Amino acid sequence: MSDLGRDVASRTDAQVIGSSPVERTAAGQALAPEQELMTINMGPHHPATHGVLRLLVSLEGEVVRDLKPVVGYVHTGIEKNCEDKSYWKVIPFVERMDYLSYFFNMEAFVGCVERLLELEIPPRANYLRVIHLELNRIHSHLVWLGTGALDLGAMSMFFYCFRDRDRILDLFELSTGQRMHTRYFQVGGVFEDIPVGFERQARAFCAEMPSRIDQYEAILNRNEIFLRRTRNVGIVPRQRLLDLGVTGPLLRAAGEPWDLRKVDPTLAYADFDFQIPVGTVGDGHDRYRVRVREMRESVRIIEQALDGLPEGPWIADDRKVVLPPRDELSTSMEALIHHFKLVTEGFRVPPGEAYHAVEGPRGELGCFVLADGSAKPARVHVRDPSFVNLQALRDMCVGGYVADLIQNLAMLDPILGGIDR
Amino acid sequence: MPDAPGLELIAQDLNDAAAGSVLGTYHEHGQGCLIVDPERILAVLGWLRDTPGQEYRFLASLHGVDYLPAQPRFGVVYELLNMPRVERLRVRAALADSGPDELPEIDSCVPLFPAAEFQEREVYDFFGIVFSGHPDLRRILMPEDYVGWPQRRDFPVGGEPVIFTRDERDVPRWFE
Repeated sequence: MSDLGRDVASRTDAQVIGSSPVERTAAGQALAPEQELMTINMGPHHPATHGVLRLLVSLEGEVVRDLKPVVGYVHTGIEKNCEDKSYWKVIPFVERMDYLSYFFNMEAFVGCVERLLELEIPPRANYLRVIHLELNRIHSHLVWLGTGALDLGAMSMFFYCFRDRDRILDLFELSTGQRMHTRYFQVGGVFEDIPVGFERQARAFCAEMPSRIDQYEAILNRNEIFLRRTRNVGIVPRQRLLDLGVTGPLLRAAGEPWDLRKVDPTLAYADFDFQIPVGTVGDGHDRYRVRVREMRESVRIIEQALDGLPEGPWIADDRKVVLPPRDELSTSMEALIHHFKLVTEGFRVPPGEAYHAVEGPRGELGCFVLADGSAKPARVHVRDPSFVNLQALRDMCVGGYVADLIQNLAMLDPILGGIDR
Repeated sequence: MPDAPGLELIAQDLNDAAAGSVLGTYHEHGQGCLIVDPERILAVLGWLRDTPGQEYRFLASLHGVDYLPAQPRFGVVYELLNMPRVERLRVRAALADSGPDELPEIDSCVPLFPAAEFQEREVYDFFGIVFSGHPDLRRILMPEDYVGWPQRRDFPVGGEPVIFTRDERDVPRWFE
């Protein structure tokens, strides 16, 4: 068994693709030229792969007969590095996995640690987290919509979406000081209260966003190229998606109303009135419609959260876990000691393990943390939705055209930072 | 989530269905976990998936854990989910370390849960746990010629020389 690694490593790509029709190509010399299969390599550097994703595609003419994704080009060992950092230092690490849904990564990890500590977070922090998560969801969907439509030739969508995405980044900069990778969520709440003016700007954004979405839909909904390229393309039956572990908009587009915000509400999601958009057919067009509709629902959630934003502290008052307020450091020796201990060593988490899942923009984003009683986690694993969803790509593409492969990939919306971690 | 008594009932029923399969249970932070015999993992997962009343049909996540210095050392953790009841159940196969020359081995659950394919490859890649019966067990995130199992707890962080072509002068034939 020890030879297994070496044995596998010595195989070439053509052998790796294994029992696929490629092997028949070698054997089937009798085939007519147009029936012959050709294996081509897409990527890792390809504009339509949304990152460094490599696809080994077997083609019969223009038709995809087999497909294997090859990933790992941006693997940076984040999970391993997390084991070497105290809990509060892990937060910026996990953020950088799926670089379009950093608030969700943070929430999955921080929520998991809070579960291990059995720490309640104050209601204001709950609401602030929801506001930022939903802004992040719109931001992520906007990048998806812009780049996805760009893949289908709609250049202007890219500029419109990035224009609006920039307003979200401005909001993040206002409340957290950073446009991306904000390290805003802390174990116990959020880092800081929102500043004066955030609410006004967020409301202005929420007031304007539905009309922007109307504009996007005006561009795409009756665009013949877009419709013909997305309708009835990449359909995978609902049961097959469930078997493949697919979650998020892909699953909902196939008609399964599964959304962790509704079925297993964490944070303050139970307080809000919102709907879960589902599709009927599960083709590329349904995926597009589900995501666009989700943006509208997110706007509604943000508005409700701003309306009902409770007063009070934004971070828990547990001095063993949470940094003391800045102003106490100059007057209280105890606060100074706590601050010193928390910054140098970090807080300790009692031994145990927990899995905490949130509904990210791409599906179930889960975080598993094993604590061994020290100030560093013994294992951090992030179940990234892109990684699991990518398995459905083969089912979407086989039997379709190469051009549809690009469309399917765009509607799958994988983020390679999250896949490779 | 099954509560603590519910978890015990599941463990009992499982032990009736597949004798000696459940080695232990624990319930913490509102989540239940069955620690099972890796030899019986397919029987356990199949039972949990297909038995009326259980029906954990969705494999939310599969990952490896290294519990060093505890014994048995490795865990392959299956996060199962029952969607209609919104219940999660964790199943952990407790795998012993089989020494420096052997890799620990467990049955692949891809026939039961096709969702596990990439994730089992990931566990193999990082922990060196072999999933027998897996359709395509190769490294997935690390380079294919990588030696070692990086997420084991005794694998050091850092210290890996970065190989550039210009190092050819200092380290001739480094690529071998």
